[in-house]
Amino acid sequence: MSYLRVEGVTLRFGGVHAIRDLSFAVTQGEIFAIIGPNGAGKTSVFNVITRVFNANTGRIIFDGQDITDVPRHRVVDHGVARTFQNIELFEGVSVIDNLLLGRHRFAYGNLFAELCWLPSVQRNEAESRAKVEDIIDFLELAPYRNSLVSALPYGVRKVVELGRALATQPRLLLLDEPASGLNPEEARDLAFWIDDIRSDLGITVVMVEHDMSLVAQAADRVMCMNAGQLLAIGTAREVQSNPDVIAAYLGA
Amino acid sequence: MDPQLVPIVQLALNGIGIGSIYALVALGIVLTYKATEVLNFAYGDILMLSAFVGWGLIVVAGAPFWLAVILTIAIVAVLGYLLERHVMRVIVGQPQFAGVMLTIAIAFMLRGGVSMAFGPTSRSYPTPWSGQITHLGPIVIADINLVIVAAALLVTATLFLFLRHTQLGVAIQAASQNQLAAYLCGIRVKRLNSLVWGLTAAIAALSGLLLAPVALVDISLWFVVLKGLAALVLGGFGSIPGAIIGGLLIGLIEQFAGVYLPDGFKEMSAQLVLISVLIFWPRGLLGEAHGRRV
Amino acid sequence: MRFSYDTSYYDAQRILRYRSDWMSYGLLLVALMVAPWLLPAYYIGELSYLFIACIASLGLMILIGYTGQVSLGHAAFMAIGAYAHTWFLNHDWGFLASILSAGALTGAMGLVIGLPAIRVSGLYLAMVTLAGALLTEQILGRWKDVTGGYSGVSVPTPVIFGIDFGALRPFYFLCLFVLAVVLFGLFNLMRGRTGRAFVGVRDSEAAAYTLGIWVGGYKVLAFVISATVTGIAGALLAHHLQFLTPDGFGLTLSMELVLMVVIGGLGSLRGAIFGAVLIGLLPNLISKIKPLLPTALSAQFGLETFVFGAILAAFVMFEPTGPNGRWLKLKALFETFPLYRRSTFRRGKAYMHSERYR
Repeated sequence: MSYLRVEGVTLRFGGVHAIRDLSFAVTQGEIFAIIGPNGAGKTSVFNVITRVFNANTGRIIFDGQDITDVPRHRVVDHGVARTFQNIELFEGVSVIDNLLLGRHRFAYGNLFAELCWLPSVQRNEAESRAKVEDIIDFLELAPYRNSLVSALPYGVRKVVELGRALATQPRLLLLDEPASGLNPEEARDLAFWIDDIRSDLGITVVMVEHDMSLVAQAADRVMCMNAGQLLAIGTAREVQSNPDVIAAYLGA
Repeated sequence: MDPQLVPIVQLALNGIGIGSIYALVALGIVLTYKATEVLNFAYGDILMLSAFVGWGLIVVAGAPFWLAVILTIAIVAVLGYLLERHVMRVIVGQPQFAGVMLTIAIAFMLRGGVSMAFGPTSRSYPTPWSGQITHLGPIVIADINLVIVAAALLVTATLFLFLRHTQLGVAIQAASQNQLAAYLCGIRVKRLNSLVWGLTAAIAALSGLLLAPVALVDISLWFVVLKGLAALVLGGFGSIPGAIIGGLLIGLIEQFAGVYLPDGFKEMSAQLVLISVLIFWPRGLLGEAHGRRV
Repeated sequence: MRFSYDTSYYDAQRILRYRSDWMSYGLLLVALMVAPWLLPAYYIGELSYLFIACIASLGLMILIGYTGQVSLGHAAFMAIGAYAHTWFLNHDWGFLASILSAGALTGAMGLVIGLPAIRVSGLYLAMVTLAGALLTEQILGRWKDVTGGYSGVSVPTPVIFGIDFGALRPFYFLCLFVLAVVLFGLFNLMRGRTGRAFVGVRDSEAAAYTLGIWVGGYKVLAFVISATVTGIAGALLAHHLQFLTPDGFGLTLSMELVLMVVIGGLGSLRGAIFGAVLIGLLPNLISKIKPLLPTALSAQFGLETFVFGAILAAFVMFEPTGPNGRWLKLKALFETFPLYRRSTFRRGKAYMHSERYR
């Protein structure tokens, strides 16, 4: 039974087809990589799933539920979280506040209670803080806990964004180029973390990636896209030896 | 000509006359915006200052009209250049909000300074076209209006050629899109920005000198910046032809609102247009869509 | 050096986290409570005005500093609060009912303005609100039935539970009380989920959506809260002024409020207070300087406008984080002495990045 199913999705901007009739499926618990040249529509797939854009045709079904027309801020309620290609962190606040924002959907609602800072609100805040501290331990962010995000190095900011996505307790994690800009050591750490995310936290991971060594190391299945269309899909080795993929992306 | 149409045509011509000034103002603002991504809220005050400088040269110093015009434009252009060089440059790299605040601050300083130096009375100065009118059949046009339209056309044409076909113009556009990359291409961005401010200040000076005979030399001239913004928004933000069309439309709307709508709508028309367009039709007529790619 | 000795997550949530904070703010509170009996009458009136300015500034800070929505026309909300409150009082409503209704009405107007504001952002919102500020003054002047037009309308004295709060000292404590309540409520909101969501909306809408934050809803909420608080400030201002005219609520007042927020330092409630105190005292300072200037320069409106502009320019250019930023740097100096490094706060060279094409 496929966990995430993308069926016949087309995304058009005027005359430009970002995605043409794309269909693929991801099974639960696997690490799925999407590769392809720039402009192939990889990030557009994420944007359609997380409702940044409306797909012109097609459906997206996650865990049996049709999430094609869900309001943009409700995507995370279905258990889908994402990171961004160009880091979209909240620059003006600290790491801990960024991570706490990831807990937004679990916070105790009700404006009046917040205004009076009732004990129930306080308890909820403390719980959020405890959960966030778990993520800080997992991703080794403790030295940066109270630092302003804008002052941190690039690699750390990528990890903070990953942490923030994890704070939403997703079932499906969409990572957009998680290894771009990371040095080899950080990329290695990332590979281990992605594997831990799958094994320990039970989260299905879909990642757009250019780093073929990370893909070969971490991914169960790989899909190659070109010009908005599916080019090849299979295990990393199968896709890497596919002649169309080599012609379009990997180079002979 | 059908006598029914005469008042309408008259209104329309008046509207185009005043609309040309608005178009010039909008042009100046959009140019600064395109070059430095700063919306110059002080534009109206620079315009007002030019009118006062012009008055000073013509009435107090007794200079001949054309000399006064040239001197005023030169003085104000230098002022614009210096403003960018010493004031606006300090906040390079900061978010847009800082630019907005700083130009508002400059506006306040100019307004306060002129207020203190010249006092609250309205003044006026003579032009070679004062009191002269032309008859076009039953239509009466004040000559100054013709001059305004002619000047606006001239300035627009010159600017268009400048931005499209000279290296300097293309450099200005490049610097506005990515400053760091422009630097690396050898463009002297800071100097360019100061130049743009000087240029737009010169346009403001010309507009002010032409507007003052119609609207009197008065502190309230600064208000024209709002009409310019309304024109920009109506025509489509970031579009130069849009600024022109917007300006003319605002001029026309104002004139017709004064006659056909209840009392008070004329003064409020620019604000109402600005607010309605931004809410219902944000792109304006010729504008570019804006939004972040993620 | 000052370290944080939090032993539980509840400690991290507290408003005042160090014993020295308790002492300094405690002293401040005592001083404010005792002041009406120690200061001459003029200063008590001035302090009441400053409290009102603080409340208005807090309202605007929520909108600009925390949610990133620029409003250059907030005087409109003060006007609605002031005129509504006066109208209710003139129709024999009780003070409490009147001021709460005025606040609610202003909040409703915030809703009306906030809804279209979702689609308009940044620079465009600044323009719309600027136009709105100019529009308000004209509407106030022409809606004679309610506002008395340009001839103005007088404000009845506030009477709560039979006590006359229009007198100097009772009014001082009324303003102080309202300020304390508003400050406490806003602090609670800002340190919790709502405050964080506001900051999220300000810093990255795209990311906020993916975290489940309903961006449009929170923008409107910010407008409503800001409008309500400012409306209440307006109602109190009505009592301070005792006679309302439209020109008191025009562009100048809007810009004063913006100055308070910007100079105070965006994104902090303490900054709003700082800004309000500074800008609130400004007219006084200016009128004290006036006699010292040559008569040619001390012409009416010019000097105040000029000084406003100069101060705003100075802060934007040299200390963008405002006195609040200065305060934080000073605190950092004392907390990390002798290991303080000036370069911690030195801004790096920055290049303009086009916000249109990112």
